[in-house]
Amino acid sequence: MELQTLTYIVVGFTFAVYIGIAFWARASSTGEFYVAGKGIHPIANGMATGADWMSAASFISMAGLIAFNGYGASVFLMGWTGGYVLLAMLLAPYLRKFGKFTVPEFIGDRFYSRTARIVAVACLIIASITYVIGQMKGIGVAFSRFLEMSYDMGLYVGMGIVFIYAVMGGMKGITYTQIAQYCVLIFAYTVPAVFISLNLTGNPVPQIGLGSTHIESGLSLLDKLDAVVTDLGFAQYTTQVMGSKLNMFVYTLSLMIGTAGLPHVIIRFFTVPKVADARYSAGWALVFIALLYTTAPAVGAMARLNLMETVQVGEIGSAEGNLLYDERPQWFKNWETTGLLTFEDKNGDGRIQYYNDKNEEFAAKAESFGWKGNEMTKVDRDIMVLANPEIAKLPNWVIALVVAGGLAAALSTAAGLLLAISSSISHDLLKGVFMPSISEKAELLAGRIAMAGAIALAGYFGLHPPDFAAGTVAIAFGLAASSIFPVLMMGIFNKKMNRSGAISGMIAGIGVTMLYVFQHKGIFFVPGTAFLDPEMGMGPNWFLGISPNAFGAVGALVNFAVAILVSKVTAEPPEHIQHLVEDIRVPKGAGEATGH
Amino acid sequence: MTPENRAAYWKANLSLLTTLLVIWFVVSYGFGIILVDVLNTIPLGGYKLGFWFAQQGSMYIFLVLIYIYAIRMGQLDRKFDVHED
Repeated sequence: MELQTLTYIVVGFTFAVYIGIAFWARASSTGEFYVAGKGIHPIANGMATGADWMSAASFISMAGLIAFNGYGASVFLMGWTGGYVLLAMLLAPYLRKFGKFTVPEFIGDRFYSRTARIVAVACLIIASITYVIGQMKGIGVAFSRFLEMSYDMGLYVGMGIVFIYAVMGGMKGITYTQIAQYCVLIFAYTVPAVFISLNLTGNPVPQIGLGSTHIESGLSLLDKLDAVVTDLGFAQYTTQVMGSKLNMFVYTLSLMIGTAGLPHVIIRFFTVPKVADARYSAGWALVFIALLYTTAPAVGAMARLNLMETVQVGEIGSAEGNLLYDERPQWFKNWETTGLLTFEDKNGDGRIQYYNDKNEEFAAKAESFGWKGNEMTKVDRDIMVLANPEIAKLPNWVIALVVAGGLAAALSTAAGLLLAISSSISHDLLKGVFMPSISEKAELLAGRIAMAGAIALAGYFGLHPPDFAAGTVAIAFGLAASSIFPVLMMGIFNKKMNRSGAISGMIAGIGVTMLYVFQHKGIFFVPGTAFLDPEMGMGPNWFLGISPNAFGAVGALVNFAVAILVSKVTAEPPEHIQHLVEDIRVPKGAGEATGH
Repeated sequence: MTPENRAAYWKANLSLLTTLLVIWFVVSYGFGIILVDVLNTIPLGGYKLGFWFAQQGSMYIFLVLIYIYAIRMGQLDRKFDVHED
């Protein structure tokens, strides 16, 4: 069957399943809207958390970044998994014991302050919206490919679907749907990886295939890849760093503590029946996440190898060593339609030269071949996973499946985040602070309006995203890392941490991070407002070489330092708060999660 | 539950936590980033060992750490009689 028809069928079928489940399990009370009620088994909860967690950034974007950054992209792999260790040990069981719906509720109660709660809501909204912008980029890429239209059009269609999808269900609908989405996305991710690994190495397990022998050359796969990329002037795959070692260290740390500070993940641990389950839930979530995350390095490396070999068909520099543009494969044409892959025949020979023209030594050599610069002028990293099965010439049903998986990943996370945003506004701000007498119905309505607003805003920025999907998401993690994680941790582990310390810590942490990100990426990401833009001739003005995406860890340190200093010079928290802290440290006596 | 009992439980929790977080740090930041060049001289199948820790090994160890924590904490909960139901 033709690819396009098949894609419609597979995507249509999976959507029918999600919407069916969302409809069947739709939320009727505010409690169900925010937290899926108790009785969700840790394994099921882990699976739903996995789907919630693994967004367009993980599914669509990450392997592409690995493909082009090699070892340097390890920051995403370690950063987005290691945070679960922190979550399981430092936060989840205690927040479950505390037994409320939302993170700002904990912060407001623990720091006996409405101001603290409002500041926490503001931090969460800033981080979550940035995160949704990253999702919108991924959704735009997936829909533009799926419907064969431009990226911008794909984005508009995606926004509409996310809106219908997230507004209909609450947490309850989302939990069951997300289990279905997890199954679709993990199947879609691993099937092509297995095929490609078999093709290249004869080993069906991608995690082992990556460390096996490349059948064609007899070299180990990674050695072969190192040779192929360095021959064209690119950095060696297995050793290229992202920025510097220090940048990688800080980047990883920022993603890890950001993981433990993002509301849509933390909220998941309110839904398990017991404190002990909260610890195991983090473990189960990581099992399901690691399935994809340990496969991703193989997908990235193999996609890169296939891409290089598709273009460089013969010996480098020989007359017929490069692919004729007229003979380019169908996937190349498809991605050209989206505008995410572009080719320019600089030397007019009708062939595609893809090499690193920024490498002076190799560029000189290339000139002697009659090459006039890299002709693949744009290869958007975010297309690699979706293009990968086509590049590897896998059957059409696999390609259709990957599109469905990518959409599942992007939708499930966008829905979870939008829910966190809407609960922050309707539950924490309206009901908790400004309009305590609001009816349940009005609260739900306010939540839905907030969701629609967030989608529109994120969609607008999705037209000019500050970075690739995974990069944008990394900024969101930095914002969460610098604001929420430190105060949650100190709220549990430091009995003497007080109101003034927490408030000033959050403001200082997120303030420093936002300042750093905005001066490099534009004020509130509006294009053209970055005043330290390298393109304006400023050169990269990075503090100690730390990239804006990685700065959250520095913000978190500032947060800790400011909070501790301020708490030392201001009054201790009242007696009953210190008792509250002692109480959340022991599991005994945990009740159900409540809203008030 | 006496205050001493409570304090002893918390102390046991913190010491378990510290041990596990040291391992967490060593396998990711240590082996995966700081010492990666040294470890890369050792092959592991077709992988270089440092690269393997950064892109595979650290994740497997994270998983094991969480389960060790959950199991050990379950035992501590009972030992100090602070478990649920």
